[in-house]
Amino acid sequence: MKALHNMLDSIRPHFEEGGKLSRFWVVYDSLETFAFTPGHTTKSGVQIRDGVDLKRTMFLVIVALIPALLFGTWNQGHQYMLSIGEVSVADPLSALFLDKLLIGAVKVLPLVIVSYGVGLGIEFLFAGMRGHSINEGYLVSGMLIPLIMPVDVPLWMLALAVAFAVIIAKEVFGGTGMNILNVALTARAFLFFAYPKQLSGEIWIHEVASSKAGGLLVDGYTGATALGHLASTVGKSPTEPAVAGVMDMFAADGMFSLTNSFFGLIPGSVGETSALAILIGAVLLIWTGIGSWKVMSSFLVGGLAMGAIFNLMGLNAYMTIPAIHQVVMGGFMFGMVFMATDPVSAAQTERGKWIYGFFGGFLSIMIRVFNPAYPEGVMMAILFMNVMAPLIDHYVVQSNVSKREKRMELAMAQRATA
Amino acid sequence: MTLEGLLVLVLGWKLDIDAEIYKKVVQASVPRPNFAPRKVNLRELMSRKIRIKKGADIRLKGRPTQTVDAAASTATCAVQPPNYHGITPKLEVKEGSAVQAGSPLFFSKEAPAMKFLSPTSGKVKSIVRGAKRRILAVIVESDGKNDAVALDKIDVASASAEVIRKAMLSHGMFPFVEQRPFADVANPDDTPRSIHVSGFDSAPLAPDMEIVLKGRMEAFQNGIHALSALVGGNAIHLGIRPQQTIYSGLKNVELTSFDGPHPAGNVGVQVHHTLPINKGETLWTMHAEDVANLGETLVSGVYTSKRTIAATGSEHPHPRYLQTHLGCELSSLTNGMNDASVRVISGNPLTGTHAAADGYLGGLDHQITLLPEGNDPKFLLTAGWLSPGLDKFSLSKSYPTWLMPKSKEFVMDTNTGGEERAFVVTGQYEPVFPFDIYPVQLIKSIMANDIDAMEKLGIYEVAPEDFALCEYACTSKIDVQDIVREGLDNLKKELG
Repeated sequence: MKALHNMLDSIRPHFEEGGKLSRFWVVYDSLETFAFTPGHTTKSGVQIRDGVDLKRTMFLVIVALIPALLFGTWNQGHQYMLSIGEVSVADPLSALFLDKLLIGAVKVLPLVIVSYGVGLGIEFLFAGMRGHSINEGYLVSGMLIPLIMPVDVPLWMLALAVAFAVIIAKEVFGGTGMNILNVALTARAFLFFAYPKQLSGEIWIHEVASSKAGGLLVDGYTGATALGHLASTVGKSPTEPAVAGVMDMFAADGMFSLTNSFFGLIPGSVGETSALAILIGAVLLIWTGIGSWKVMSSFLVGGLAMGAIFNLMGLNAYMTIPAIHQVVMGGFMFGMVFMATDPVSAAQTERGKWIYGFFGGFLSIMIRVFNPAYPEGVMMAILFMNVMAPLIDHYVVQSNVSKREKRMELAMAQRATA
Repeated sequence: MTLEGLLVLVLGWKLDIDAEIYKKVVQASVPRPNFAPRKVNLRELMSRKIRIKKGADIRLKGRPTQTVDAAASTATCAVQPPNYHGITPKLEVKEGSAVQAGSPLFFSKEAPAMKFLSPTSGKVKSIVRGAKRRILAVIVESDGKNDAVALDKIDVASASAEVIRKAMLSHGMFPFVEQRPFADVANPDDTPRSIHVSGFDSAPLAPDMEIVLKGRMEAFQNGIHALSALVGGNAIHLGIRPQQTIYSGLKNVELTSFDGPHPAGNVGVQVHHTLPINKGETLWTMHAEDVANLGETLVSGVYTSKRTIAATGSEHPHPRYLQTHLGCELSSLTNGMNDASVRVISGNPLTGTHAAADGYLGGLDHQITLLPEGNDPKFLLTAGWLSPGLDKFSLSKSYPTWLMPKSKEFVMDTNTGGEERAFVVTGQYEPVFPFDIYPVQLIKSIMANDIDAMEKLGIYEVAPEDFALCEYACTSKIDVQDIVREGLDNLKKELG
């Protein structure tokens, strides 16, 4: 590797101050530090430092995303085959395995490429303007964004969402580490509010609209997600045939059965469908200590608690969905493991993390059921909790401060009597 | 069992009281024949054994063997004013002045009675100055005779506080007294609330105090007597390891044992868990070896600045203990190691300073550490951020070394292991910071120079060294100790 380093060293002068390519210093610097951890040594303070850095941390999060990414890619192909009747639910999952993967890849890869291309491009631009080095934060956001997108989202829309999220949610606040809102969720929220019609349309399954036009679509297929179906029941009597039809889909042998929802064999955003694949990532995040188990577990408890309360109330069909079924559907699991745990936008105190996670999960299910206009409550709930996190931290820290003040008053009183 | 006994049982379980004490309390709280239960001092009983749960031991290679050798005497030695934070030196000698062991070299501008003495006899070889003519070191060339100034002898057991205080200033012992808050040289005009001494060092590769103080317990006791006079005859708080025996039988001390990983040996941690500092209070601390030097100096009238140095580190050819004195040449402790690929650290790897191989031992250091320099770029797949990292000790679990047996020791170099970034990862400082203080919030308040927030968040209780493990563990490579030092300095300036 000496040769590679020598090569980098030899082209270095071109990028340095006064060189022909000095405006591209950021690009050079980020590539060099990507390939080689610089030979910087400690100065004052500690003489030794832990081997972990932000690159490794972010890399491990991406590794944790791989199961969801791979499964999601396959599942997009699978859903397409289901929608045109090429395979049926009864077929073994291995049928047309490679075809499914390929169809999925053709759709998912461009999403990933556009997300990284646009996002990193903007990051380089801002880093160059500010004279900073590239921060690793976008490596994770860039992978999260395609995974929470509907598969048929137009690429220009995705590019716009990424640009909005990186600039408005992150760079205007000062870059990685300074943002208040989760960057990936901001991209999703942007699309949700800027293009509500397109996003609630037929883009959840690859080519579902053209399949329909071409008469290929299997009868009764609408291409809607589980939450989309459920949202359509709100405000209607549980005895209406349409409602009963939807609820049948969530029965043990229905399309959105608990098993199918857990393994993720249902339509939805690219990476969000499989609770199993996401939980494999969660195990890695918890095992390496990178994702907060406190946030994840309290988020889950919050979701289950709200689900259970709805079960007890049982006022409409949606509320009767079992709590455990609620949390494996939609973006709940993905939000819990990869979004709520974002350390920058989450609560930063350990006690605050419990509160933050619990209300995140609680509100996710509440918004989902109460407001059918927002079928995906998780996004709204986490963004809302992002905004509330500093307040939670404030009160947690304040209790510590007042404890110290009380101790001081006690000591002063003792001194006064002595 | 009475209510009191029950309370102790419950609290004791919370505070890890040991079974012995619990038994004593239960027996003590059994009602006596006259039905008046004996008063049990809960606080005293519970303060004796404290378990520190947060922290970490960095398992470095290069621990010293138990051997204690005399270091070769060196041609020169140095007293370095920057080692004593918060004082401005005023010279009493010129280049070429003849000095004896115990002659004043300079004094503190802030407290002119506070003298800094020459550890050896000879003549002043040079005065090293840095930027703005700041004095970095006064170097004394030894004449090999070690003639000592005859200082006043003090009867430490009966002398008054005033006599002790004056003697400590004139006998060159006061610079070794540190104060909290601010973690700098104490102000001799203050009356400290209490004095605390840590009886053990828990830093990586730190010296074992049982070896350092071997044969010096009488001097140590005398030092304790002297310090005790400064706090109106009250006992000196001494933090010890549960298994340490060397301190038993001491008078005028209140022993508290601390179990648990580093930084349990930091005096600030011990204070926090026994008698936390409040705003408006001042307390003093002193290193255990300096307490022994204090006792010996005051009783014998001969300036004593002994150092039993733990010479450690993976690059040390012969890690062991070496007896020397203040400010000796480092080459006498490193077996003459002078290699650009080896870093000589005066002090431990977490709080020590990067010294020149031909430099001098720091004034407050009791250890030296030799580590490999890490100035070579590390390729991402073999040694960088994508490597398996089977040889990388890490407090995070992102390298597999946390699965290895606890007995495995690691060679660590001085590479930063990445570049500085903004705060991203959370929950990383808290597990290695055994204070009831929010470390990240405190650091952010210092960065914003918000004095009010710093006070509220507990800056009075901390010293830079208490944050050393946070700095070590930091994914974003933030210079936490420098920030805390800056905060303490700003606070002091603000308070005037």
